[in-house]
Amino acid sequence: MSSQAWINLAYLAASMLFIVAFKLMTGPRTAVKGNYLGAAGMAVALLAACCESPVVTRLASHGTGNLVMLGIAGVIGAVIGATMALKYPMTGMPQMVALLNGFGGAASTLVAGAELWNATAAARVAPTPLPAWTQFAIATALTGLIGAVTFWGSLVAFAKLEELPRFKQAWTDPNRHSINLGLAVATLLLVWGVCANPSSNLLYWLLVIVGSALGCTLTMPIGGADMPVVICLLNSYSGLAAAAAGFVIDNAVLVIAGSLVGASGLILTAIMCQAMNRSLAGVLFGGLGTTTAASADDVYAGKVKSASAEEIAMLLEEADRVVIVPGYGLAVAQAQHAVRELAAALEKRGATVEYAIHPVAGRMPGHMNVLLAEADIPYEKLREMDDINPTFPETDVVIVIGANDVVNPAARTDPTSPIAGMPILDVDKAKRVVVVKRSLSPGFAGIPNPLFAADNTLMYFADGKKAILDLTSALR
Amino acid sequence: MHLSPLAALLADVGLPEDPAARFIRLLTVFLLAMWVGFEVITKVPQRLHTPLTSGSNAISGITAVGAIVVAGAMATRFGTLLGFLAVVLAMINVVGGFVVTHRMLEMFQPKRK
Repeated sequence: MSSQAWINLAYLAASMLFIVAFKLMTGPRTAVKGNYLGAAGMAVALLAACCESPVVTRLASHGTGNLVMLGIAGVIGAVIGATMALKYPMTGMPQMVALLNGFGGAASTLVAGAELWNATAAARVAPTPLPAWTQFAIATALTGLIGAVTFWGSLVAFAKLEELPRFKQAWTDPNRHSINLGLAVATLLLVWGVCANPSSNLLYWLLVIVGSALGCTLTMPIGGADMPVVICLLNSYSGLAAAAAGFVIDNAVLVIAGSLVGASGLILTAIMCQAMNRSLAGVLFGGLGTTTAASADDVYAGKVKSASAEEIAMLLEEADRVVIVPGYGLAVAQAQHAVRELAAALEKRGATVEYAIHPVAGRMPGHMNVLLAEADIPYEKLREMDDINPTFPETDVVIVIGANDVVNPAARTDPTSPIAGMPILDVDKAKRVVVVKRSLSPGFAGIPNPLFAADNTLMYFADGKKAILDLTSALR
Repeated sequence: MHLSPLAALLADVGLPEDPAARFIRLLTVFLLAMWVGFEVITKVPQRLHTPLTSGSNAISGITAVGAIVVAGAMATRFGTLLGFLAVVLAMINVVGGFVVTHRMLEMFQPKRK
């Protein structure tokens, strides 16, 4: 067999390992093995890449310089990646995944750019222009575009999740639609340009610049609560960029791995949109209109009852069944360990404690699951929305911590609300509800929450972590 | 660009793989892989969606393969520089991604007291 045959066999083995890695992601224990196998597959693919003929030809003619260079680059990247992954607190995990994702997109754009540069340099020697509308030209254009959008979109997503001041608020300038339209038109023209005239590196890099701008302007208007959708979409894009790069260099393992990732991101995006009952277009271009008629004063005036830790503890002493609803605020307050202790105190009194996880609670799909797992809360206690909703009428006390829109009954009752139709946790059907919140300020939907004014609701105005710790000591 | 074994074989017998055929070959792989992806990933339960996102993010670093080939070829100075950067970025993606996923999954394991 030729060496290329062995290389392709290695790529095949890597592809199989990637598929197995995804298959094993169906359960927590098998997922660990799956992750190792995925890493093994990646190692196999990387080693095989070092044996490809362009690398080996260079090795033969110029000595090991290129391998040394590759080694240095690899080590630098590995050290930075490992340090980021090990040092960054797990609560910052959504933004870190976003950032890592962006780097992959940038890499794809650079690979296509490098291949184009090399190809045009070789063609100049001939001299023949590169043929237009070839697989190489089209794939190069697409890779450059998708990679650029992914990189800059991910950077903006990182900034929003880190809550950096300029980025925290959604960009609501009414001109943004015309800007996006203008950039989209420029993008199409440049894609056409690169396909029709691949010998021009300038056109390629112009496309990358415009794509970068588009990546920013598409992500800037999106508010924090919609971030899970954006993360999944960007994840998908980075996979598609890798697949497109595979078309550029005629490499099947890039196409396969890129497609697996692309499919994964698209599925999660669809699931997130369904969970919010909003279309993808609505999330990307709609932003949240403030069309609701009710104002905060109308909803809350005179009906909000607040309580102290001792009063709530008395309520909890009698409770047989308690459900805790975590939200993004829990992550911000870093109160997950305090919650576990509260649950332990309740269970010692013979109560059943469960956790209701809304699909878009948090900033990433499954964010709450990871947060609670970090606090050693057994995952059997975490119940999905459709599973736990029917049990709320029999629930004595619901404790809502740092969640707002996902428990807002207006989604069910008010057709003019920005969150109308979104499936929510029906906590208002429980016997008593305790909402832990610092103030009556709205969630990311920017609307008042009638739950806070309901008869069976008590507001517990305090900072998340301290609130729970006080509650736990009042119980003891 | 180097030839795949199929193209090399065809070249051996005087039949180069024509561009359309090459495109269709890769398109076939792309579509089949997307299909496999949909089938496999829809079976991942909701509570594992975060490690799924993180793990698939790590695998999207496969672009490092392309980066290695273009950087290792050292065909032009600028091309090699771009390739070098691409290798660094892709490796950050790969190593960071797998380590984060591992940390996440460790938290899901039942603790042995």
